[in-house]
Amino acid sequence: MRFLIPLGLFLLLVGFLAAGLKLDPREVPSPLIGKPAPGFALPQLGAPSARFSPVDMKGKVWMLNVWASWCVSCREEHPLLVEFSRNATTPIYGLDYKDQPADAERWLKQFGNPYALSVADADGRVGIDYGVYGVPETYIIDKQGVIRYKQIGPVTPEVLSNKIQPLLAELNK
Amino acid sequence: MKRVMLLGFAVALIAFPAAARDAAPLVVDEAVEKRMVAITEELRCLVCQNESLAGSRADLALDLRQEIREMIKAGKSDKEIMDFMVSRYGDFVRYRPPLKPVTWLLWLGPFALLATGLAVLITYMRRRSKMTWADDAAPLSAEDQARAARLLQAGPETPHAKGLQE
Repeated sequence: MRFLIPLGLFLLLVGFLAAGLKLDPREVPSPLIGKPAPGFALPQLGAPSARFSPVDMKGKVWMLNVWASWCVSCREEHPLLVEFSRNATTPIYGLDYKDQPADAERWLKQFGNPYALSVADADGRVGIDYGVYGVPETYIIDKQGVIRYKQIGPVTPEVLSNKIQPLLAELNK
Repeated sequence: MKRVMLLGFAVALIAFPAAARDAAPLVVDEAVEKRMVAITEELRCLVCQNESLAGSRADLALDLRQEIREMIKAGKSDKEIMDFMVSRYGDFVRYRPPLKPVTWLLWLGPFALLATGLAVLITYMRRRSKMTWADDAAPLSAEDQARAARLLQAGPETPHAKGLQE
């Protein structure tokens, strides 16, 4: 019976370590989930005189993808977004974060453009309002303009099929 | 020639990082700067999580420091600035998160562990002192007494123990 105590403690420790392995310290829970998407009115990439604002999207489910031409992980997720935009009903809008417009446009030409449109957040102010701290980040915003999901880091095929698509199906109902 | 090239290379090394981003403003308001540092030392840089916002050179940290400077100049209170940060990045951004149900384990966990450790130690020590007392009190059986008497007369019982003695 005595050996049960150290064994129990050992199993407890293993449990904690196993849980710790699955936790990613980079994934900070966003306080913005369940809150209205912060407003902005930014010039569109490629058409700086036209502006885009989240208010324009009221009544629609949409995704906001934060990207930049200088961002290496964005290249990783980009083919997936291009693929997604071909057959999906939910539009993706791009927030081009702290980028040079010329670089950004060249990047889209080179890798394809999955975005309904992109806006240029040249000084990163809107990024701060959205709590962006690692590009790429992706937000799903519902018909009422409320943020329902935030993906920090690149969207992977698993995240897309296990989390994003079920949520979009539910929101689009 | 080689020396000139080396010098040129060295100059380029010094010049490039400086050119890579906007120069820090030369005129700084000391009072604003002091408050900004005091606030940002309480905040975590989210890009490099073990650095404070005050000490980080990450781009986002530069932007956030600038944002906080502007808020100070606009007359915002420390609490308003904290709320601004927490509403965007969550409690995680604070090095001293507030005490609330999700952070109970964080704040009280170490004390709970200490209390458990003390309780285990005290029970163990009590039990041990009781055990020796009980041993002392137990009377020797007739058989044990006979063996003790034999040992006292004849010396060590086993050849092995004898061997050790020599």
